[in-house]
Amino acid sequence: MTTQDLGTYAKNTWCPGCGNFAILNSIKAVLKSIQEEGMPLENVVLVSGIGCHAKIVDYVNANSFYSIHGRVTPVAEGIKLANPNLKVIGFAGDGDAYGEGIEHLIFAAKRNINITMIIHNNRVYGLTTGQYTPTSPLGFKGRSTPKGSIEPPINPLELMLASGATFLARGFSHGIEQLKKIFEEAINHKGFALIDILQVCVTFYNMYEYYDKRTYELKEHNTGDYFEALNKIREWNYHDDSKIPLGVFYKKETTTFEERLSTSKKEGINIDSNIEKVLADAT
Amino acid sequence: MDEISILIGGKAGFGIDRSGAVLGHLLNKLGYRIYIYRDYPSLIRGGHTFSIIRASKTRIAVHNDKVDFVLALNKETLDLHKDKLKKDCMCIYDSDQTTIPPNVCCLGLPLSKFLKEENGPEIMRNTCIIGALTKAIGIDFSVLESVLKKEFTKDVELNLKVAKRGFNEAKELIRIEPLKQESFPLLTGNQAIALGLIKGGLNAYISYPMTPSSPILHYLANIADDFGLDVIHPESEIGVILMALGYAYAGRKAAVGTSGGGFCLMTEGLSLSGMAELPIVIVLGQRPGPSTGLPTYSSQTDLHFALNAGQGEFVRFIVAPGDAEEAYYWSAISMNMSWKYQIPSIILSDKDMGEGVFNFDLKTVSQLPEEKPYMWDRKSPYKRYLVAENGVSPLAFPPVKNEIIKVNSYEHDEFGITTEEPGETIKMQEKRLRKEKFLSEDLESIETVNLYEGQNKDIALLCWGSNKGVCLEIGKKLGVKVIQPIVLNPFPIKQFQQALSGVKRLISVENNATAQLTRLVNNYGISVYEKILKYDGRPFSVEELEKKVKEVIV
Repeated sequence: MTTQDLGTYAKNTWCPGCGNFAILNSIKAVLKSIQEEGMPLENVVLVSGIGCHAKIVDYVNANSFYSIHGRVTPVAEGIKLANPNLKVIGFAGDGDAYGEGIEHLIFAAKRNINITMIIHNNRVYGLTTGQYTPTSPLGFKGRSTPKGSIEPPINPLELMLASGATFLARGFSHGIEQLKKIFEEAINHKGFALIDILQVCVTFYNMYEYYDKRTYELKEHNTGDYFEALNKIREWNYHDDSKIPLGVFYKKETTTFEERLSTSKKEGINIDSNIEKVLADAT
Repeated sequence: MDEISILIGGKAGFGIDRSGAVLGHLLNKLGYRIYIYRDYPSLIRGGHTFSIIRASKTRIAVHNDKVDFVLALNKETLDLHKDKLKKDCMCIYDSDQTTIPPNVCCLGLPLSKFLKEENGPEIMRNTCIIGALTKAIGIDFSVLESVLKKEFTKDVELNLKVAKRGFNEAKELIRIEPLKQESFPLLTGNQAIALGLIKGGLNAYISYPMTPSSPILHYLANIADDFGLDVIHPESEIGVILMALGYAYAGRKAAVGTSGGGFCLMTEGLSLSGMAELPIVIVLGQRPGPSTGLPTYSSQTDLHFALNAGQGEFVRFIVAPGDAEEAYYWSAISMNMSWKYQIPSIILSDKDMGEGVFNFDLKTVSQLPEEKPYMWDRKSPYKRYLVAENGVSPLAFPPVKNEIIKVNSYEHDEFGITTEEPGETIKMQEKRLRKEKFLSEDLESIETVNLYEGQNKDIALLCWGSNKGVCLEIGKKLGVKVIQPIVLNPFPIKQFQQALSGVKRLISVENNATAQLTRLVNNYGISVYEKILKYDGRPFSVEELEKKVKEVIV
């Protein structure tokens, strides 16, 4: 199977040069390679929210749940809990995951549920034609903030680290090879993984040049050290013009939520006789 | 004595609820039919809380205003419920707390002193007073002993000792004779709903705590292992319903439970269920609103909310059971219909339905109709939204080798890929809406509208949900019919009209201010002669409704 086979007949409607193409091509390549390593494609479920990013599920010929704005995380969690053998990959935008759906993300990280969240962070609302998002810099001039945004951005990776995420990375839509590497590592990670991708919106917030100048790849970084991860994550605050590290910040293996949820999936339960027992108990 | 009503009251934190259950079981063991009304404020400690335990030779599902017996754990209980005491009412009170006995047949006992002497903690005053009551109504201590052993998991011996002391210190005032009839289980409406969902094949119950539905969450969490359930309490009602839809996509049956406020948050998920055709069962326990309203009281104010919640137009199944057996039966059917038609179902309950305690006789529950989901035949290539004659596309769940299963909140084609084409939009919208006709046809073979005959053929009480019990009792007493639609959407108009046959005066009885069921039947050209509405958060008592109905029918 080639990556071509993973396409669908859906017409791609992203703008030419959109950072989403890099994510699409990377995920297709990774899905192909994990198949070659023995994971059947039918075990993969892709979940998306609403926004430009979300169209990705129309473009990949794999199981998918095209959900609603802000709710990728709980849908992905439900699928994973219902069938822990499935590999669940969520795609969400920054407005989607860091804005409307931020509570879900925090709780999924806290639970360390084994899902992968890929955040298309273009730092602007694209589909609704250009408003500031939770990660836009202070002073961002969008359609809802013509005089400039008056609130500073959040650092989503810092928030996720504090919330208990066990795999955190940053990618850039100008670096497919690195994206592929991070995706594969994240998907294979046992636990809650989140990749914040600086995905450039060419129409409303073209940051290619800005990011090209400032990004660098993390080297000799200890991903097992919480405080080292925190320091690196805090090197850039999504506002100041500092250097922007890319790569895996943090990685830690620990018990997952679905492992702790031990009650489920018992076979051979006789519902009727157990109901009768409950009723006898209530008499 | 054909029946007895006992009121036990005290401060929140006195264990009134537990006492109600013990008293219920005590009388249940003697073969009486039981109903328990529970009244408590929205707080943890302090405030006044009480339960009325009514036991009768025949089935009941409502409380009386006038009680035969009061167990007063504090003075307030006697002050607040003065008007509930029958002329020859009996009372056991804590003489350590209350010095002025009311003008009734009284038995003052120094409960605190007894507890001190028995080395029992203050919280056991209720057990002590129940011990005294057991003697006062002439029941053998052994009956209470067996109840306490079942109801208490810790400090059983101490509770027994304290109860025995109360028993020994009291005197027999009347004698409740054991009946020669079978005892049935005692369930809250919430428990019956939970068991019905299990009967319907529940795999996962997901819920954020909210009165009056939290007890379903607690109950299922406790019995999760016995039924192989995932019971999850996520971050919010939005998280709840979206998680549940994730379960549905993966082929596992999920239900959620909440009240009006939580259901507000769930409406985007409800609409997603309609569009993506993902089955879900929602238990909506009503309480008075708007907004926080009276959190621990009851109402029937969300019927039209349930009928209309969520953007867009889609098929939904709505039922309102009126007692424990109906709660069980219709919860199972809700699950089955949700999965057969891939639609959301809403079980409309309320605080009195959910937290009231009823007898439950499994033998009287009708056989559940065989309703199975349409499954993919594995022959043709899989299309999640295949346009079928009845609107129901066969189901498949991941993983399926060489097949792709796509669901979508956008309008979509048969494969589940987004479309904005006008032709495709019409085709899909019509496909989804077609399901209602077939669902309605299925429902025709089930009794969706209860008709209880009376000698008077002209007059009928119209009620829904928790008002069933009180209407039945008044219907019987005054000889008028009672009509109770259980399915509220798709509205069973045929069965409803059959039930109406011959009725000249239809009197609706509802716990809301705007007559919600009345307005619903008005839509079908049915007019109501008079409305009896109550919206103070409290249910109709037998006496109250009798008086109101009499005023209307004279």
